[in-house]
Amino acid sequence: MTKPAEVTRSTTGGIGESPLRPDGALKVRGEFAYSSDLWHEDMVWGVTLRSPHPHARIRSVDLTEALRVPGVHAVLTHQDVPGTNRYGLEHADQPVLAVDLVRYHGEPVALVAADHPETARRAMKRIKVDYEVLTPVSDAEHAVHGDGPRLHRDGNVVRHVPIRRGDQNATAPVVVHGVYEVGMQDQAFLGPESGLAVPAEDGGVDLFVATQWLHVDQRQICYALGLPADKVRLTLAGVGGAFGGREDLSIQVHACLLARHTGKPVKMVYNREESFYGHVHRHPAKLYYEHGATEDGRLVYVRSRIYLDGGAYASSTPAVVANAATLGFGPYNVDNVTMDCWGVYTNNPPCGAMRGFGAVQAGFAYESQMDKLAAALGMDPVEVRVRNAMSEGSTMPTGQVLDSAAPVAELLRLVRDRPMPAERGELDLRAMPGGVSNTTHGEGVVRGVGYAVGVKNICFSEGFDDYSTARLRLEVLGGEPAATIHTAAAEVGQGLVTIEQQIVRTELGIQQVTVHPADTTVGNGGSTSASRQTYVTGGAVKAACEAVREKLLKLAVTRFGEPRANLTPAEIVSVLGTEVIEETVEWRHRPTTALDPETGQGFAHVQYGFAAHRAVVDVDVELGLVKVVELACAQDVGKALNPQAVVGQIHGGSVQGLGLAVMEEIQVTEGKVRNPSFTDYLIPTILDTPPMPVDVLELADPHAPYGLRGVGEPPTISSTPAVVAAIRAATGLALTRVPVRPEHLTLEEPR
Amino acid sequence: MDFLRPTSLADALSAKADQPEAVPIAGGTDVMVELNFDHRRPSALLDLTRVPELATWEPTADGGTRLGAGVPYTRIITELGARLPGLAMAARTVGSPQIRNRGTVGGNLGAASPAGDTHPVLLAVDAAVELRSVRGTRVVPVREFYTGVKRSVLASDELITAVLLPRAGGPQQFSKVGTRNAMVIAVCSFGLALHPGDGTVGTGIGSAGPTPLRATEAEWFLTGELADGDLWESPKPLTDSVRRRFGELVAEAAAPIDDVRGSAAYRRHALSVLARRTLGWAWQDYRTGGDQRCA
Ligand SMILES: Cc1cc2nc3c(=O)[nH]c(=O)nc-3n(C[C@H](O)[C@H](O)[C@H](O)COP(=O)(O)OP(=O)(O)OC[C@H]3O[C@@H](n4cnc5c(N)ncnc54)[C@H](O)[C@@H]3O)c2cc1C
Repeated sequence: MTKPAEVTRSTTGGIGESPLRPDGALKVRGEFAYSSDLWHEDMVWGVTLRSPHPHARIRSVDLTEALRVPGVHAVLTHQDVPGTNRYGLEHADQPVLAVDLVRYHGEPVALVAADHPETARRAMKRIKVDYEVLTPVSDAEHAVHGDGPRLHRDGNVVRHVPIRRGDQNATAPVVVHGVYEVGMQDQAFLGPESGLAVPAEDGGVDLFVATQWLHVDQRQICYALGLPADKVRLTLAGVGGAFGGREDLSIQVHACLLARHTGKPVKMVYNREESFYGHVHRHPAKLYYEHGATEDGRLVYVRSRIYLDGGAYASSTPAVVANAATLGFGPYNVDNVTMDCWGVYTNNPPCGAMRGFGAVQAGFAYESQMDKLAAALGMDPVEVRVRNAMSEGSTMPTGQVLDSAAPVAELLRLVRDRPMPAERGELDLRAMPGGVSNTTHGEGVVRGVGYAVGVKNICFSEGFDDYSTARLRLEVLGGEPAATIHTAAAEVGQGLVTIEQQIVRTELGIQQVTVHPADTTVGNGGSTSASRQTYVTGGAVKAACEAVREKLLKLAVTRFGEPRANLTPAEIVSVLGTEVIEETVEWRHRPTTALDPETGQGFAHVQYGFAAHRAVVDVDVELGLVKVVELACAQDVGKALNPQAVVGQIHGGSVQGLGLAVMEEIQVTEGKVRNPSFTDYLIPTILDTPPMPVDVLELADPHAPYGLRGVGEPPTISSTPAVVAAIRAATGLALTRVPVRPEHLTLEEPR
Repeated sequence: MDFLRPTSLADALSAKADQPEAVPIAGGTDVMVELNFDHRRPSALLDLTRVPELATWEPTADGGTRLGAGVPYTRIITELGARLPGLAMAARTVGSPQIRNRGTVGGNLGAASPAGDTHPVLLAVDAAVELRSVRGTRVVPVREFYTGVKRSVLASDELITAVLLPRAGGPQQFSKVGTRNAMVIAVCSFGLALHPGDGTVGTGIGSAGPTPLRATEAEWFLTGELADGDLWESPKPLTDSVRRRFGELVAEAAAPIDDVRGSAAYRRHALSVLARRTLGWAWQDYRTGGDQRCA
């Protein structure tokens, strides 16, 4: 069978350098084996029958005709789930296969395995499901406060996080109100959900899958299959992007179920359309804000209500709610705050993790408010931000004191003080709003500049036992010291495998470092999310290196008769001889605490990351088309372990934020997804992607390994509001909703 | 599924006569998407990429161009920018380089999607479509080609063999609105051709009705204005009100709907802007007799 490639090719370079990614050349040449490339002789193909309705009762399911199709090996429903027919990241509230009710458009109802994917699909179409269609609950705010139907036993509120700090009745001379909306963004990763489940002779199953977190998948599969952990073994297959969309299960339990029923290896691959139904999205949000300030622009109070539409199942909604609430005032000093943030069940597609995780939605709103405040005060938008900017020692609305660098004002000044991009020169359609579609030769084009800054928590929060495990083996191979590093942490394209190698090289002073494929034969690596893997798995790898070095140095004492502080590679060879040192270490970041359920106070977050953007846009104000001319970013990363990867993350996050600002939205009407394709779910192309100059600050965080600060998410927060602020500057429109569409720019009244 | 691979037009036509349900495939940029998404399960595919007669273009006796149905967009851009300025501009906006390397005007016509980018230009220049079958050849003005959403007069035993485009006697323009700056299906689009020879103008509207449309009223209005002011002979700048009125009439000719790509109201609005602007550019070119501002 084709197995996940061992991305091991040794490159050189320790931390602070930018060695080539071991998987880079393979990916560029199209030779990298993604999960969709997995193959096993004798394998069959699994497909999923999904509900066409967002809300319906299942009266009956008739499999007869499907089972008659030649080549079909199994047709399964909820009755075939041997364990508990429930899963979920935080609440197990989602059926593996629907029982008597479907709660969203695309919910899995039945599975088919056949010897050819076409056969499987044909059989799937012969399954007869009799639905009684129910009215969908599609408005999150109404679902909380309204008297519509309850979608789950405990009602429609997944979580409510209040924050009360300071004077709840504070007043201020200058007050601005705003109501904002954020549309449903998709992760739009390129590699669709896919994997291969292979039944094992011991009654267990081996699953090769593209995921963000092997061990949380394993736990949920075991629960659904009724198997112990040692019977469900996972190996990470090549991941084609994730951005949060692979934190929840997709094919995992389904493929294992089919494999155990058919006794054959089962491959499942979603196509693009199914992928839109097969993973969670970013929560759409409605956000109400009121900011009160003094006449010289100092915030006196902020009050906010946020509704996050979690869709049909909880997924990671509880944590997203906590983020939106605790980060919902932005990186600004304000003593008096009131927040009520709800995550809600509806019959819309389930929403969960996506890069920025609650901080994105809040960031669009509070930064729009800061611009509104600046306008009300007649003040420069950067100045009003700088005046309220947090810094080290500031207190978050949760009462947590920022105990490492928080250079908010400096980041803003960096982007502000950059030279402006050149004015448009000779006509080049590629530089115009509308691009090569030839919509303007300069007519109607107005330039605008906008600023924003944002904050994101790094690592898991609220008392979660967040750790990673690293196993390091050191031996002599071919006359050279060679290390093998083994973790279960998922490489999803961000470059963790490169970082792991860099850390081992730096810590042990050797060159040859092999990364073992990630699997569940080593302990939990935690999720590749929350910008945490370099921090936590990086921390674990560093700790494993230290444990190995300690043993090595002990051996050296025996060998040399005296302690040595450092060993050259040649000395390591002679100390080790034929011995092998292997150490497995679990490493945790400092603990956090829960939020007080009434006041939202607590030491909830491990670390905060900050980034600021300046966006320069050209808007064709008559057609409502936007060209982002430049998107400059400044971000503090504590320590750039791999400077090139850091800039790559900042560029990627910035573009994803740009996408949310001007084009990316899953359009849902009455619970139905209307654009499940890359034809109509648009993501930025290279002509939509501007030059993105980046300033990287390295202000070490004393609590973190190497002083590093998580990088991946902060640039996604401030990019969207900066672009929208620039469009507002060009058009004079209020623009309270993202993505901004051409009709918002041309058919709306100026503010 | 049969895969028929004729190597001459005669073989292709007889294959189509024998198996009228066979789906022609040229660049495949529409057909393969439909197959991949399982929207279509033809019993046979008729590959046209080996038919040499479809892959060439030549000048016609009256100075026009006979463009083989299978000439890909990339070649239209690189080889025909001067002869077919409007079509080359439209070709430039289609998809991505990969799509332009494969996609063809024959395929755009075969699909007959109201969003196809070549239609507004073909309408504006008053092109004709050459259709052949074992029964013979017929030439259908493109203005009579489209019959409904993704429907045309193409009979089941026929192939589109060529498009006949008159000589470009005056400036031509094409402009398309999409919600990103490349690789996007038209929210709406507009094609314009000035015909100084007979003092008329041609228009075409895309993605704003069940079929590509002409803005006949707008054509008459502008033809009249240009004649009344003797502007062809002594070309003065067009007044703002003429350009505006032209834009309004184009918008009125559209029959758009609300969909995920845009609202009907926006489409009308954008068409009025596109019409006004393209008229300004085309007229400016005519006045200065200068080069086409080709995208
Ligand atoms: C990523 C992507 C982006 C795209 N972007 C655009 C765009 O911006 N603008 C646009 O207009 N289109 C776009 N398209 C659609 C497509 O590229 C065009 O419609 C193209 O012109 C189709 O040409 P083709 O040769 O590939 O057609 P095919 O896919 O080969 O055929 C299309 C249809 O025409 C029929 N057909 C083809 N040739 C003949 C013939 N000679 N006689 C009779 N019937 C025939 C086929 O049976 C089929 O029904 C895009 C497609 C993709 C996949």
